[in-house]
Amino acid sequence: MQIAQSKPISFSWRSLPWEQFAPWLVPASLIVIWQLLAQLGFISTRVLPAPTQIVEAAIRLTLSGELLRNVGVSLYRALVGFSIGGSIGFSLGVLNGVSRPAERLLDSSLQMIRNIPHLALIPLVILWFGIGDPARIFLVSLGVFFPIYINTFAGIRSIDPNLLEMGKVYGLRQRELFWQIVLPGALPSMLVGLRYALGLMWLTLIVAETIAANSGIGYMAMNAREFMQTDVVVMSILLYALLGKLADSIVRALEAWLLPWHPSQSH
Amino acid sequence: MNTISSDQEVLNYSTDHGAHVSIQGLSKSFGDFPVLSQIELEINPGEFVAVVGKSGCGKSTLLRLLSGLDKPTEGAIYIDQQPLQGLNPFARVMFQDSRLLPWRKVLDNVTLGLKYQNKQRGQWALQEVGLSDRAHRWITQLSGGQRQRVALARALVSQPRLLLLDEPLGALDALTRLEMQNLIENLWKEQQFTAFLVTHEVEEAVYLADRVIVIEEGIISLNLPISLPRPRNSGSLEFAELKVRILDQILGRQRQPERHSQEFTAIES
Ligand SMILES: Nc1ncnc2c1ncn2[C@@H]1O[C@H](COP(=O)(O)OP(=O)(O)O)[C@@H](O)[C@H]1O
Ligand SMILES: [Mg+2]
Repeated sequence: MQIAQSKPISFSWRSLPWEQFAPWLVPASLIVIWQLLAQLGFISTRVLPAPTQIVEAAIRLTLSGELLRNVGVSLYRALVGFSIGGSIGFSLGVLNGVSRPAERLLDSSLQMIRNIPHLALIPLVILWFGIGDPARIFLVSLGVFFPIYINTFAGIRSIDPNLLEMGKVYGLRQRELFWQIVLPGALPSMLVGLRYALGLMWLTLIVAETIAANSGIGYMAMNAREFMQTDVVVMSILLYALLGKLADSIVRALEAWLLPWHPSQSH
Repeated sequence: MNTISSDQEVLNYSTDHGAHVSIQGLSKSFGDFPVLSQIELEINPGEFVAVVGKSGCGKSTLLRLLSGLDKPTEGAIYIDQQPLQGLNPFARVMFQDSRLLPWRKVLDNVTLGLKYQNKQRGQWALQEVGLSDRAHRWITQLSGGQRQRVALARALVSQPRLLLLDEPLGALDALTRLEMQNLIENLWKEQQFTAFLVTHEVEEAVYLADRVIVIEEGIISLNLPISLPRPRNSGSLEFAELKVRILDQILGRQRQPERHSQEFTAIES
């Protein structure tokens, strides 16, 4: 009853313009101040170009096709790395979550590997794969693997055993228990893992592209640095932020779609 | 709302009476720790048996053995003369914590485990517990009492011949508990399943059961038929007398039962 009543109230609050514009107020003012300071010459464009210059750079690179090509290359690396690392992490998380023998066999080894920061492997990875795409995709996979693995595993292990017992009494077979209880019960934790994984995916890619690449957003930034094109450097950084935000929004949408029952979804 | 034809179908189904349960020489130990020893108990089809006893005396253990979730150390359980092996297919359990799946709506919780996720039967069961208007709510939008009703509907939707209730009302407030007791009694009368209720409330046991069983130190120390007419008046003297008798047994108190019963019969006649 209370829930049903509080919903329209919170909705009417949300529909007020102030509620919608408030989060944008601070960033918008900062940009205006930044623009003014840059135009009045308080900040050298060498240090930080004005917002309009960054937009100009973006338009210039879009028209030349360079922007789209580099974003495309970065996205491709991110997605391939994510698919590989994510699917291995998910499979092993499910396997170890469901099977104690598998956990005993694999989990402590995986935990040991986890203690190595995956970016520390860069020199080794370059020795193995050269500086081509396989190296970057390997690093991204590795970065994505652990948050997915750990949260899938933990999600399955945190299922209330009483619910499984109930499922058994109500005649669910092993497979039905998995699909109807284990998986939906572990889903909130898995999505937390997904969010971390996407964060690490970008981080890894930024580092990997910055250190050694001949295309991609990171390369675009490093290349621009050599030519003192601060506007392109800042634009690349903002691009990473934008893509990170996009990934986060996708996870939020997934949560709203997959977990409509979850307390986190009742606004 | 249900159509008449689906109600008819369900009614035909429920003419199947309750299961006959025979417990023979049943013992259960956890390691060296004996919980139940040499339990003998016959439960007639459609009978309502309540089990009371101190916490930890093995009530839930007995219920779990009946459900087939645990295996006896010794002895056997016969359902309609057939020895019980593995999970009891005729039984459904209602637990103290409702054990509903929060990621399913009310109706989908009720139809869990039905071979064909029959919405009509789910609706019928929800109607039986008075919650048909909540079919499409999430579990988190229900009160504790409503959750237990959903759990009851889930237990009854498959028309079990044996309903096992493990302190199903233990977490509810007093008023809701009274309501639920009446609901359980009515559904039991209507559907004629055999009911096995574990409770720590002696009053609840006397109110609902045809027979109250007290478990103490692993054995049945009292097996008391309750022949009061239904619906029972928990304020009546006979009711109070039976309650005191059971409580005395559980708490190991000595009284002079003669004097009490004389007083009561005198007032009654
Ligand atoms: N799985 C188990 N392993 C070991 N001991 C158990 C287990 N289940 C119950 N027990 C013990 O058996 C005794 C009876 O438990 P239970 O049947 O749950 O009591 P209650 O009458 O309160 O329902 C308790 O002492 C409990 O500690
Ligand atoms: Mg118990």
